Amino acid sequence: MTGAIAEVVGVRVEAPGGALLDHVDLTVLPGEVLGVVGESGSGKTTLALALLGETPPGTRATAGRVTVAGTPMLHVTPAERRQHLGRIVAYVPQDPVLALNPAMRVGRQVAEVARAHHDRRDETIDTRAMRALRRAELPGDPSFLRRWPHQISGGQQQRVTLAQAVVNEPRLLVLDEPTTGLDVITQADLLAQLRRLRDEAGCGILYVTHDIAAVAGIADRLAVLYAGRVVEEGPTSTLLSQPRHPYTAALIDAVPDPRRARGSAGLPGVVPPVGARPSGCSFAPRCGLVERLCLDAPPPPAHVGTQHRVACLNSERTGSVVVSAPTVRRVSTPSPRTSPSPANTLLVVEDLHAVHRTRRRQVVAAAGISFSLDRDECVALLGASGSGKSTIARCIVGLHRPTAGTVRLGGTILGRSVRHRRRDQRRRIQLVPQNPADTLDPSRTVGEQVARPARILRRRSARQAVAEAVELLDQVRLPTAVAARRPGELSGGERQRVALARALAARPEVLVCDEITSALDVSVQAVVLDLLADLRTELGLAMVFISHDLGVVASVADRVAVLADGRVCETGPTREVLESPRTPVARQLVHAAPRLPYRDVADATSVS
Amino acid sequence: MRRLSRALGPAGGAGALAVVVILALALVGPFVAPHGAAERVGAAFVAPTSEAWLGTDQLGRDVLSRLLHGGRSMLLLSCAALGLAYLVGGAIGLVAALAPGPVETALMRPLDVLLALPPFLVLAVLATGSGRGAVVIVAAVGLANIPGIARVVRTAALEVSVRGWVEAATARGERIAAIACREILPNITKPLLADAGVRITTAISLVGTANFLGLGLQPPLADWGLMIAENRSGLLLQPWAVLAPALCIAVLAVGVNVTADALTQPGRRYGGTPAAIEGGRQ
Amino acid sequence: MPRDPLLTAGPGRHHPFLMLCIRRSLAGIAATCAVSLLVFVGTDLLPGDAADVILTRSASSGGGTPEQLAALRAELGLDVPWPQRYLGWIGGLLQGDLGSSLVSGRSVTDVIGSRLGNTLVLAGTATVLLVPVAVGLGLWSGIRQGRPGDRVVSGVAVAAQALPEFVAATLLIAVFALIAGLLPAVSLVPPGTSPLARPEILVLPVLSLLSVMAGQSIRMVRARTSEVVRADFVRVARLHGIPERRVVWRYVVPNALGPALQLLAGSISWLVGGIVVVEQVFAYPGISHELVQAIISRDVPVVQALAFAMAVCTLAIYTLADLLVVALVPKLRTGG
Repeated sequence: MTGAIAEVVGVRVEAPGGALLDHVDLTVLPGEVLGVVGESGSGKTTLALALLGETPPGTRATAGRVTVAGTPMLHVTPAERRQHLGRIVAYVPQDPVLALNPAMRVGRQVAEVARAHHDRRDETIDTRAMRALRRAELPGDPSFLRRWPHQISGGQQQRVTLAQAVVNEPRLLVLDEPTTGLDVITQADLLAQLRRLRDEAGCGILYVTHDIAAVAGIADRLAVLYAGRVVEEGPTSTLLSQPRHPYTAALIDAVPDPRRARGSAGLPGVVPPVGARPSGCSFAPRCGLVERLCLDAPPPPAHVGTQHRVACLNSERTGSVVVSAPTVRRVSTPSPRTSPSPANTLLVVEDLHAVHRTRRRQVVAAAGISFSLDRDECVALLGASGSGKSTIARCIVGLHRPTAGTVRLGGTILGRSVRHRRRDQRRRIQLVPQNPADTLDPSRTVGEQVARPARILRRRSARQAVAEAVELLDQVRLPTAVAARRPGELSGGERQRVALARALAARPEVLVCDEITSALDVSVQAVVLDLLADLRTELGLAMVFISHDLGVVASVADRVAVLADGRVCETGPTREVLESPRTPVARQLVHAAPRLPYRDVADATSVS
Repeated sequence: MRRLSRALGPAGGAGALAVVVILALALVGPFVAPHGAAERVGAAFVAPTSEAWLGTDQLGRDVLSRLLHGGRSMLLLSCAALGLAYLVGGAIGLVAALAPGPVETALMRPLDVLLALPPFLVLAVLATGSGRGAVVIVAAVGLANIPGIARVVRTAALEVSVRGWVEAATARGERIAAIACREILPNITKPLLADAGVRITTAISLVGTANFLGLGLQPPLADWGLMIAENRSGLLLQPWAVLAPALCIAVLAVGVNVTADALTQPGRRYGGTPAAIEGGRQ
Repeated sequence: MPRDPLLTAGPGRHHPFLMLCIRRSLAGIAATCAVSLLVFVGTDLLPGDAADVILTRSASSGGGTPEQLAALRAELGLDVPWPQRYLGWIGGLLQGDLGSSLVSGRSVTDVIGSRLGNTLVLAGTATVLLVPVAVGLGLWSGIRQGRPGDRVVSGVAVAAQALPEFVAATLLIAVFALIAGLLPAVSLVPPGTSPLARPEILVLPVLSLLSVMAGQSIRMVRARTSEVVRADFVRVARLHGIPERRVVWRYVVPNALGPALQLLAGSISWLVGGIVVVEQVFAYPGISHELVQAIISRDVPVVQALAFAMAVCTLAIYTLADLLVVALVPKLRTGG
């Protein structure tokens, strides 16, 4: 392709166990945003680094070439590469808190990058820095320039890294998951700003992310990365409305959408890790359309339309057949509830006040929160990240002592702390914690951990508890052999399912789920949400579901309570609140949420 | 065995070997020594002969025999002191981590002051207050290590105590002791081991120093630290009486430190699973 | 957050740094009081008091009758309750009265006065050399982590750190005095002269102290440095094409230095023990001879005075290092 700013041709990056990237071909045109979408283990970070001529420590680029603005980036001397970095290709890192030098003032941080590529006596360095800050929409007054990184907000920190990247007017910007950790509103701002930046500066942008919904609104073209290969590439609109690779189709389908209240179909299994990849198509083990030919060799990419390439032997069938993987899609339309009925009420939180203390500051997590939960009902607490939602969850289960307010279960007021609750009260409410990385004890087997609640809370014998644990693992769709493993051997999605099984071992009536899918890939998240829906219908569980993600909330909750400043600012049936929010806070949250723009088209063809 | 040698690397392997040799020397030594520890075999400060391989000391005792007898005391005192310190310091650290607020302050504040005191001062004060001897050494070395251990344990336990599995245990109402032993202790062994290497080295050093200065064990007992102190006057005449115990202490201390250092190295980065490069699977 | 008055420059600005200085200094004073109590309690309250000691000493036959003991206790003021005695001791300290020796009857000021200078010369020389060596080599090897230069420095540091001072000193004497014959094996200073008049006698004592202290401080500085080198902002700086030299001086060093200095204070507190040992080994005329003798003869006032003085020095060093760190780390300095 002529006129390309960046070209990646046949790149292969090898680690000791196998290839992280293989046969990767991509181009970025001037003034274009190319979105690279991939889940964990897809090789997307390696690809972003490759454009900067870098490979992760311990790995090597063994084939192919990367050129940016006609300059080769791989296989050049470090000195040559340094000349190009920050000048013709610039990098915007993932986490601005870690990426800024804590011992350098904000203005200096930007000027330092300009200085790296200009003579130090060059008087334009400061004006360049000022222009970059303006372009990143940061105040250019001296008092701002003199701030230290810890003195500005998270959004501003991200903008400073953006200013650093554009200060030398590079031809290509490489963004590595730039919105991770930002709340939806800041994220929406940043995306809007990126759009303006591309229009003004005319540079090409390579945007690497796991969040297909976020990138869909900004990318001109999308490339989908799976197990180190580009499986599909094409214009954003075509790719989203007519995905031709089964993986792409499943990925799009797995994205929960605030406007569609239905169970999303997931993709079972995980990306095969490096070193354990099949000789044929890497997606074959998880594919619903797999044939014998798929197992022989990786399918070569083939054009299926203008600029639309797919690496799948069955790409014609993907569009016509229902794209879902072997799971049965569930359309669980939550029964609409108009108002909570007092006779059926199970859990009541009344005027809860709680303060979350970190080392330096206090966050008011709850300043008078009230809501109730019926039997069989799922109420979602929706609020921005970092607003102290977890503290509310911990208050409900008695791990955090509220400063005021009560939690009532079946009419009885519960003690403020676990120590003041009776065993049966502890049994009836169970918490599923947030982070799959630490929800399970790494030094004990899964079976032991799932068995424990039955022993402590239901006084079962050790034998009985273990037998129940095995059943529970089966109930959360895990092979029973998992019982003998330790958490370190499981994937994030599997660990979250074990955590669910552990909570269920207590035979609870209320499940408090604290952001249980926020650290998972969308395809895995969809599987977990699906499982939750099943468990609710099978066991008749009531659920408090805490999340910042509107899409997730829409697909699980009957009712939603929107939190802002420690209060419930709006509450009502999920669909009603998400479709026509009444309060400004809720409206802002709903509008900032990224969503797939072409979904309506896709829906028309695939949903009956 | 192979895994261990890979974890140690060449330097760590040499260190570990040195430690094993010295340990064997100290533990088996008294049974194979040709003479008793206090037995005079000839004139003072006689240079090495075929009879006394390392010569004699200032009282005409066989240096080799005293060397073989003299390692035990240092090892025993160091072990006793550290054992005591880990019991007390570990308990304080765990309690402080699990009972935040006034209990924690009451436990940790005094320890912070103690932590700022040089270990030698603790020894000096205790030895003045209650006289010299083995008990004082154990008490002083133990006391000097308690604040550091309590801190390390508390920091590690605090970090673990906010993890999901500990919260889950708390939420199902497990007793504090059960949480400490079942959920926390098994998961803080790594930082504790990393810290223990340096502690063993400094404990050996401090025990040796106390004996050398005459604040601990008293002559005619055989002890490497004491041997160096009593024979220094003859350094020119019969250097082996001083150098042999000095080398033993040096090899032991350096060996322990090198081994611990090798064991706590983060390992060859990215030598392991390629999955780590892509940020693991989650 | 952006309009926080603490952060913006202006006439109404507070002084978080000044406040911190005051707070840390107050904490230092509180710790000093606590230490004085520990020293007093440790030396005075355990079984056997000064009267026992004196009587056992003077009357080698029998140790004195209970009446003599009571009389002596009254004379020494040991019959009053300990809090009162503690306050009396503190009061004396504040007026510069360190008490007097039970053994010789001389005032403690007299006993140590002439020798304190020698000890300070030794300690000062070691400290002045330690800081640049530890910071310099620690930074250097932390930056080139894993390369041959670092391996040599770290290897030597690991070995040197492990050696007790008396062993290091003995080995150094064996090499430099016995085998090479270059330097004196003992460091005698004629009364009335300064050790600085004969610098060669300082070489081995200082080297013994340094070998041990530098070992541990180099390792600590290196550990902190290599942590910074692996930090995201250093990696990103390189990805911005910032030259390596600049990355080291503007990104690595400023972030490694502050915490490194704090760690160094810990090393210097080790010096207190080390210096006593080294003075003994080299027969150097500092305070340690008196201190060790006082401990052995349980001469409580002398030990109390010396231990307290050493503790105060250590606490002062810690406080100073704390303040230095606050001054060097923007996040702490601005109270963020």
